[in-house]
Amino acid sequence: MSEAVAPFPDTRDDTIRPPQSVVTERPYVRWLLIAVALAFLALFLVLPLITVFAQALAKGWGAYLAAFTEPDAQSAIRLTLTVAAIAVPFNLVFGVAAAWAIAKFEFRGKNLLVTLIDLPFSVSPVVSGLIYVLVFGSRGLFGPFLVEHDIQIIFAVPGIVLATVFVTFPFVARQLIPLMQEQGTAEEEAALTLGASGWHAFRTVTLPNIRWGLLYAVLLCNARAMGEFGAVSVVSGHIRGLTNTLPLHVEILYNEYNFVASFAVASLLAGLALVTLAIKSFLEWRYADDIAAGTRRH
Amino acid sequence: MVEPPRPRRRFRQRSVIPGFGLTLGYTLTCLGVIVLLPLAALVAKAAGLGPAGIWAVATDPRVASALRVSFGVSLLAALTASIFGGIVAWVLTRYEFPGRKLADAVVDLPFALPTAVAGIALASLYAPNGPLGAQLLKVGIEAAYTPVGIFIAMVFIGLPFAVRTVQPLIAEIDKEVEEASAILGASRVATLTKVVLPPLIPAVLTGFALAFARGVGEYGSIIFIAGNLPYVSEIAPLLIVIKLSEFDYEGASAIAVIMLGISFLTLLAINLVQAWSRRRFGYV
Amino acid sequence: MTSGNPTRPGFAPFGRAALFGLALALGSVGGAQAQTEILNVSYDPTRELYREINAVFAEEWKAKTGETITIRAAHGGSGAQARTVIDGIPADVVTLGIPSDIDAIAKISKKIPADWRSKLPNEGLPYTSTVVFLVRKGNPKAVKDWSDLAKPDVKVITPNPKTSAGGRWNFLAAWGYAYEKEGKDKEKANAFVGSFYKNVPVLDTGARGSTVTFAQRGLGDVLPTWENEAFLVLEEFGKDKFDIVVPPTSIYAEPPVALVDANVDKKGTRKQAEAYLQFLYSDKAQAIFAKHHYRPIKREAAKAEDLALLPEIKLFKIEDVQGSWDDIQKLNFDNGGLFDQLSKAGR
Repeated sequence: MSEAVAPFPDTRDDTIRPPQSVVTERPYVRWLLIAVALAFLALFLVLPLITVFAQALAKGWGAYLAAFTEPDAQSAIRLTLTVAAIAVPFNLVFGVAAAWAIAKFEFRGKNLLVTLIDLPFSVSPVVSGLIYVLVFGSRGLFGPFLVEHDIQIIFAVPGIVLATVFVTFPFVARQLIPLMQEQGTAEEEAALTLGASGWHAFRTVTLPNIRWGLLYAVLLCNARAMGEFGAVSVVSGHIRGLTNTLPLHVEILYNEYNFVASFAVASLLAGLALVTLAIKSFLEWRYADDIAAGTRRH
Repeated sequence: MVEPPRPRRRFRQRSVIPGFGLTLGYTLTCLGVIVLLPLAALVAKAAGLGPAGIWAVATDPRVASALRVSFGVSLLAALTASIFGGIVAWVLTRYEFPGRKLADAVVDLPFALPTAVAGIALASLYAPNGPLGAQLLKVGIEAAYTPVGIFIAMVFIGLPFAVRTVQPLIAEIDKEVEEASAILGASRVATLTKVVLPPLIPAVLTGFALAFARGVGEYGSIIFIAGNLPYVSEIAPLLIVIKLSEFDYEGASAIAVIMLGISFLTLLAINLVQAWSRRRFGYV
Repeated sequence: MTSGNPTRPGFAPFGRAALFGLALALGSVGGAQAQTEILNVSYDPTRELYREINAVFAEEWKAKTGETITIRAAHGGSGAQARTVIDGIPADVVTLGIPSDIDAIAKISKKIPADWRSKLPNEGLPYTSTVVFLVRKGNPKAVKDWSDLAKPDVKVITPNPKTSAGGRWNFLAAWGYAYEKEGKDKEKANAFVGSFYKNVPVLDTGARGSTVTFAQRGLGDVLPTWENEAFLVLEEFGKDKFDIVVPPTSIYAEPPVALVDANVDKKGTRKQAEAYLQFLYSDKAQAIFAKHHYRPIKREAAKAEDLALLPEIKLFKIEDVQGSWDDIQKLNFDNGGLFDQLSKAGR
């Protein structure tokens, strides 16, 4: 990400340029800043991560692995995978469609639309759960209808999926919009002029251009979908073996004084976060040029 | 990027690219069903109280104090995250040092780490008997179960926003401009403050606003580490949960709408800043 | 969905990941078997208790009727659990921490008849409990009675009475104690509860949160808590770390159970759910209650060694001093009630 847009060699390798000192800081300032940055990252980000693994392994590997063989843990894993398997593809399709409409066309009210898509980002997770209770709860907007037809939305898988979709709603769109804006419309226009259908142009021109940004967005969306706590906690009902996701299972184990198991399950989610970051870093390293524009912002 | 002039009278500008109706229609449908309809239900519920009722909720001392805690601490945390996030972004982009890639990858951790996991990890670190909490206690700072704990959790979740919005802009700074400034005799400090930093300001503001909005709404990581004491360390989202436990749906909705209103304005401001800066600087 | 284009190998992972996810999703659906399920929505500290009760009941039911039954359990703060029932969780029975939470379900959702307390023996209470103190080993602050909890140098950990039934029993116990001691003076009782809450540094949302704060995080000097919860802490965290102090008087805590009529009729599980609730009054279940340090209503069914751990203390009923549960809830915990007034005054 740092060595972003570089179709040409970095100016740092250029020999005919003023001495280093005028375009960068003095060495001691440099090292001081590096130290501050690293200390800050270590204190706020790395230490909590280490804590998770240290606590999970506090009683050895046996206790660690035992946490995953329990039926409740397994059903939580299954539910979390199910929810992500529905929520992530949904947001993928939505994100691509939204980015296409917003990046490839000029129309009025675009800023408002982008803001509305972003809205779930800044809605408190608790509120994200609450709104679905207000719509689908038995005293909610559609409550009487749902009760009459015996359809269970909240306190069941559909409600958990909905809350997860809401929370991760902006992820793919937010990533793709600037990326596709950056790339403009010239290539697609060329393909269309040469007689390609719109769908064909999308598949052969647009998609290859955005694939790494898209993959990155999907990864983050997936990590967030699997890790959502607040919103899911409001709509889940906490029925063991039925509506407990992994993050909720972490809380349950924690509340049962089973700290090792709790941190063990937490470490699974932390591991997922690490894998996500590793794949992301690998993509950046391997396809730096392709995705440089896409990592502009989240 | 060259932006065509905005059409004033027509809804959208003509284009040879197909799929506008389909994709915009799909986007609006999803947005309507997933986001707008439920939020409208929330507003409708709160509206049941009437404007006077909502005002009464907002000015109820306990609610007002929870909103103050949420917004106040989040402001401080976003400020901290922006300052240190700026340094981190600068260091990661401009300097070469061992472990730079690793440090760069770590920045995204709070995006990917579930908030509940972050919450219990932070609580066990900063509790009075935790490794960091014990040290802080020696210098007289009680971290966990006080507003300081809320602050720590909010910095944690806000940091990636602060770093990631600024980083690409730092990478794009044209070194030749810096060189020109230096050759013309400006000191390094003058170059930084007069040439390098000004174009970064919109991005820093964006990162700040995102971190702020995220911190205000945060629940999962905070309840584990905040003391949850009314008037001291009770955050607004917790008060929503409490109102729900009291079966006071209108009250909960009213707090939610108040938070939502402020967040929406914050986000709208971000997008305006971005649109403005794209016109002004040509990127973001 | 963007299907993988064979000429673009870069997209194959998407297709594969999607297939994998779909397979897992189907797997989870296939895993659920058709059998009778009933859902018990309960409060926080009963996790261990109902795990055992449910297993024993399922076994007995199978032996009696040949039907395989699964009892699902959901646990959380008592108020939050009542809310999920109101909002439509398909609970067959509720086993909550305080009568006012079941009253709320009856009143707001009408899924439980208003006279639910008359439907089961002993006003819907298969067991009772009380509040005792958990202190650090050796009782360094010499906590003996409720009055010690209001002393300025004592830090008390208790859950938020707004969200937790345990928190409400603690609140009512402190109030009832002071009311009796101050010659039935309500103002003085209110003031006592005020100074009690001034000593509280952390208000967790549930009884379990408070226990973790006290036992695991090392905060506070005393944890007034459910009797059963105090014993559980000794078992989970080690008897060498904490002592239980039994105050001379405490509250008669009533965690009631009820059938959710509207739900069982809809699901067709009335027979099973009723049998489950009746089972709670059986000798077998009564012995299990005692084993988990709840106070069984049939003492003769419990083992003597379990009963020996539940000391005779003077228990008072809060209804005797504050009236009906409607009044108790309104007076103390509703918006603008005593707890709100005290926290406003105490800031």
